[in-house]
Amino acid sequence: MGILEHIIILTLLLLVAIAITRLKDLLAVVMLMGVYGLLSASFFVIMDAVDVAFTEASVGAGISTILMLTAISLTGRTVSPIGHKPVLAMILVIITGGLLVYATLDMPYYGLVDAPANLHVSPRYIHDSLHEIGIPNAVTSVLASYRGFDTFGEVVVIFTAGIGVLALLSVPSPTPQEDTNEIKSQNIAMHHQHLVLRVISKLLIPFILLFGLYVQFHGDFGPGGGFQAGVIFAAAIILYAMLFGLNTARKAVSLPLVRLVSALGVLLYGSVGIVSLLNGGNFLDYNVLLPDPVAGQHIGILLIELGVGITVASVMIIIFFNFAGRNGHLLNNQSRRK
Amino acid sequence: MEIIISWLGTLCLFAGSVLAIISGIGIFRFPDFYTRMHAVGVSDTLVTGLIVIGLVLQIPDGIVIVKLLLILLMTLLINPTASHALAKAAILSGLQPTLTKKK
Amino acid sequence: MLMAATLAIFVVMFLAIIRGYIGPTLYDRILAVNMFGTKTVLLICLLGFLFGRPEFLDIALVYALINFISVIAVLRLSGSDYFKNPPQDQKPS
Repeated sequence: MGILEHIIILTLLLLVAIAITRLKDLLAVVMLMGVYGLLSASFFVIMDAVDVAFTEASVGAGISTILMLTAISLTGRTVSPIGHKPVLAMILVIITGGLLVYATLDMPYYGLVDAPANLHVSPRYIHDSLHEIGIPNAVTSVLASYRGFDTFGEVVVIFTAGIGVLALLSVPSPTPQEDTNEIKSQNIAMHHQHLVLRVISKLLIPFILLFGLYVQFHGDFGPGGGFQAGVIFAAAIILYAMLFGLNTARKAVSLPLVRLVSALGVLLYGSVGIVSLLNGGNFLDYNVLLPDPVAGQHIGILLIELGVGITVASVMIIIFFNFAGRNGHLLNNQSRRK
Repeated sequence: MEIIISWLGTLCLFAGSVLAIISGIGIFRFPDFYTRMHAVGVSDTLVTGLIVIGLVLQIPDGIVIVKLLLILLMTLLINPTASHALAKAAILSGLQPTLTKKK
Repeated sequence: MLMAATLAIFVVMFLAIIRGYIGPTLYDRILAVNMFGTKTVLLICLLGFLFGRPEFLDIALVYALINFISVIAVLRLSGSDYFKNPPQDQKPS
């Protein structure tokens, strides 16, 4: 029975991929890419990988869709027509794809016990994680402690993306003079227009923020962790910005503070490593942070997950505000300035 | 007593699945956007409610029941709002419903 | 019965994808994706119980919330008239 679900989901993935390549309206394409991300998350659920499914559902199907939509609102809604016939590209893709499929014939079967990937460090992580680190979720222990340096690299990559967006696309904040009058009139108008949505969002946004905190700190015992929690946090702020106007959101979430906080997250992560060095261990060795090694692991994982969550949330907020700020008339109900 | 609860749960799951298939056929075969909105808007929330209640009745276990009821509550709040926003956006941007049968 | 419900949800997801591809207007496609999202929430709940892992319910809850935000985002950013100009100009008192 297990193979039936695999076949169904892979067929659905193929159909969605074909639909994505054939559509000409980019908004529909972005929505179908959200569907693709969802199907991938379901596929990971079927393969029993809960943390990965969680990350795919929140990042790949959620925030990715929103940021791509913001980007498309800047660039335009339809695909520009292709002038030539891509026959050479098709031949190249078929040859490369054929070679890749031929190479997978040599790979070990899915889940085989003596596959090389399951022989070197995986048994040690799986057997020793519970008494060396002491948290039930082995994925978090591998991500945050055994492979903490790789996760540091990921956080720095996200931070660099935020810096890139700031360097290329940053929008100057509006002056305080025209601020209050415009914000007031926009708020009154938007309130009548979107009454139902606003009331429901006022109920939902605190719950989403609280759920983000739950996911952040529950990552030791169930699926969760810093990345997913940061994304959920940013999604709540983006919902607020979309329904209450970008200017009001800028007043609620001041952008210079968000920029500072994104750097603070990476700094927190690095500081944990430096404190480990100062205490006599290696970089990011949590055993030396506290007198009891297992308690040291716990506090180390807690601090770095906090750093990851803070950085991810603030970078997503920065990216959204800068993309949407360039198209200010779309989100502020203003008439287009000539 | 437990057999009755478990049987009731199975019944809810069955009703939910049948309703889901009916709504799927509806979104596929209805002629117009607003009629499809009927098929989705009504049955989405009802199917979620039936299936979640079916699961709660079949597998009673502390924190799981709380999470399932939370999912149900969120869906009850979110689905009608999304339908409202979608329908209002569609009609305010000029999509007219088909009022007479196409000749 | 759990297996039958899962198969029924798969069938509905398939029909929703077809509507997402052939729906003539943008709003049909948004409707299809919204329906797909809520059915995925149910699918993840059912799969969680089929495989005996109740931790999947967190994923379902997150996805229910993110689905809502995505639909609002696409409506907001598609430039439709609902979100464009306010009905009348209001002067602050």
